[in-house]
Amino acid sequence: MKINKKLLNALITFAIVIVAFILCEAALEGWFGKGFALKRADKGLLVPICVYIVLAVSLNLIVGISGELSLGHAGFMSIGAFSGVVVATWLEKALLTIDAAGKTVPFFSDTAILVIAIIVAGAIAAVAGVIIGIPALRLRGDYLAIVLLAFGEIIRNVMNCVLVWVEGSTLQFALKINEGSAAAVPGGAQMVINGAQGTNNKVMSVAFNNERFIVGFVLVIFTLFVVLNLINSRSGRAIMAIRDNRIAAESVGLNVMKYKMMAFVIGAALAGMAGCLYGLNMKTVTAVDFDYNMSIEILVIVVLGGIGSIRGSVIAAVLLKVLPEKLRFLNDYRMFAYAVVLIVVMLATNSPILKNLWALLMRIRPLRVAAEWLQALPGRIKAALPWNKKNGKAGEAQ
Amino acid sequence: MISLLSTLLNGLSLGSVYAIIALGYTMVYGIAKMLNFAHGDVIMVGAYISFVAIFYWGLPPILGFLLAMVVCTVLGIVIESLAYKPLRQATSLAVLITAIGVSYLLQNSAQLIWGANPKAFPAMFSLPDASLFGGSVTISNNTISLLNDQLKISGNMILTILACVAIMVVLTLFINKTKMGKAMRCVSEDKGAAELMGVNVNLTISLTFAIGSALAAVAGVLLCASYPSLQPTTGAMPGIKAFTAAVFGGIGSIPGAMIGGILLGIIEKLGQTYVSDQLGDAFAFAVLIIVLLVKPTGLMGKKVHEKV
Repeated sequence: MKINKKLLNALITFAIVIVAFILCEAALEGWFGKGFALKRADKGLLVPICVYIVLAVSLNLIVGISGELSLGHAGFMSIGAFSGVVVATWLEKALLTIDAAGKTVPFFSDTAILVIAIIVAGAIAAVAGVIIGIPALRLRGDYLAIVLLAFGEIIRNVMNCVLVWVEGSTLQFALKINEGSAAAVPGGAQMVINGAQGTNNKVMSVAFNNERFIVGFVLVIFTLFVVLNLINSRSGRAIMAIRDNRIAAESVGLNVMKYKMMAFVIGAALAGMAGCLYGLNMKTVTAVDFDYNMSIEILVIVVLGGIGSIRGSVIAAVLLKVLPEKLRFLNDYRMFAYAVVLIVVMLATNSPILKNLWALLMRIRPLRVAAEWLQALPGRIKAALPWNKKNGKAGEAQ
Repeated sequence: MISLLSTLLNGLSLGSVYAIIALGYTMVYGIAKMLNFAHGDVIMVGAYISFVAIFYWGLPPILGFLLAMVVCTVLGIVIESLAYKPLRQATSLAVLITAIGVSYLLQNSAQLIWGANPKAFPAMFSLPDASLFGGSVTISNNTISLLNDQLKISGNMILTILACVAIMVVLTLFINKTKMGKAMRCVSEDKGAAELMGVNVNLTISLTFAIGSALAAVAGVLLCASYPSLQPTTGAMPGIKAFTAAVFGGIGSIPGAMIGGILLGIIEKLGQTYVSDQLGDAFAFAVLIIVLLVKPTGLMGKKVHEKV
């Protein structure tokens, strides 16, 4: 069978994620012995890593594939997180059943609640994506970026005022738009979302939970499946054509708004799903957690992983979540080091001066010989592998 | 009526600070075509320098103020030459991420040097206590009270508005009347053609960063005089707001930045007073979105015709 190069690329990405997941599960089970057992802090990172992979891949769809600079991705995450907490609490409090022992228990298990909440949160974020996308995507370049940033900040501001509490078996909503305004909340009510203090998530257990990690893994696979399929489809090619030359794409009859919206809304829905998982994995999240710094953090992952490269986003998301954790020994200098690394990487990959330096070094004969040898190495290894030789002959025979 | 007047004055003072910061954004955008996300943090550095000079070294406020301007000017030139100059030919996204890196670097350096705890910014100056016009105007506690104590104007507010007006006049004269100003206009119009005509483009861009950073220092001191809490993230939110103001007025346009800044400040204060004290920011951003949807290049932005 002739394997298409794009399909092979996608399969490699899936394989990397699946192998990483199996290794994590094996380490959790303690198969590698004590030396490789995951510490508590490491376990706590697993679900956030899944969340950030989904966020980075979905933002890459908007920034890399569709070519629209978005500085408001955290807004969709925020919508997903808050609606997810509300849905999960409602399922826990209102949808009850009586078990065999005669006790009243929630109809769904914790994991089922998590999955339903993620689906609903994705749908709500998609609706928000449509509402924001229709006006915003008419703008281009820096103006689009600033409008999306503004939308993200509006979402943060509004979420800061939302009050949700449990009354009996129903949920009550209110907006607290003035600091001094009388609270409609009855005293002693159990708050689900308490304005600026954020969510009060009593549904899920707070400690690391392997089922939640599995849900996160499935979400990552789902995201990769959706995004990679979209990129390799007719619509995906249309989206990339519009990115490369909007006027040319328009003149061959592509509906620019439709394809831009498609990428934007799918990105928003995936971000909402990731936000829901993030919100339900934490004891509490506040609206301020999802400010523009969060959007920028995701954008940095996308840019460092390589614009338009889905596999790059996955790897960069893992590295940029794990690295700061491993750099804890630097204490106060940790974020400082992060900033320096960020600037140096951007300069090293984009500056013509450093490229010239490279060209200068290549003039020195031993260095050039060494570099050429290194460049040729993968090809030589490939050629030397026994199965490659066999395949080559079989191909010739056909 | 008096409450409206007082809200408008508050908004005018806040808007003046936004306008001064927005000038830095818009000048850099007009000439280097980049979003300088680190601009907000230059404000914070300026405020810290003047804080240290006045509070620890005991310099008179005016000297602290000048020192902050000098340090920020140098900082702006250094940032431009080390981080942005090598990326002249790079994609705008690469430059944006580098600017974000510089912003993190400044914030974390400030945190390492001065700590994360908010510092109380000292008063820059004080008006003498007095009672004028037979008691109808009284000055006490650095605040002028008018109309039987109903309207209060703080000294900082007056200083901010005066500084903004002065900066606008001087900058407009500089841009329109001097040779360097002409060079700046040329570079923002067409970098390549300006270079062919003998304009030193690199020097002009450095100069723009220098002026923008000096203005940021002024804004930092004025901001902290009105809202006297100083911490490493002080500059971030005003920076974003001023950026919004620059886009609001049409990014790249200097009068646009002034008008955008002042309007944004007034809208924010009006929203806070009459709609919701929690949603003031949301109100300002919503107006920005509406303006951009009606006029996609901002209030005074130039319409660029697309070439096919």
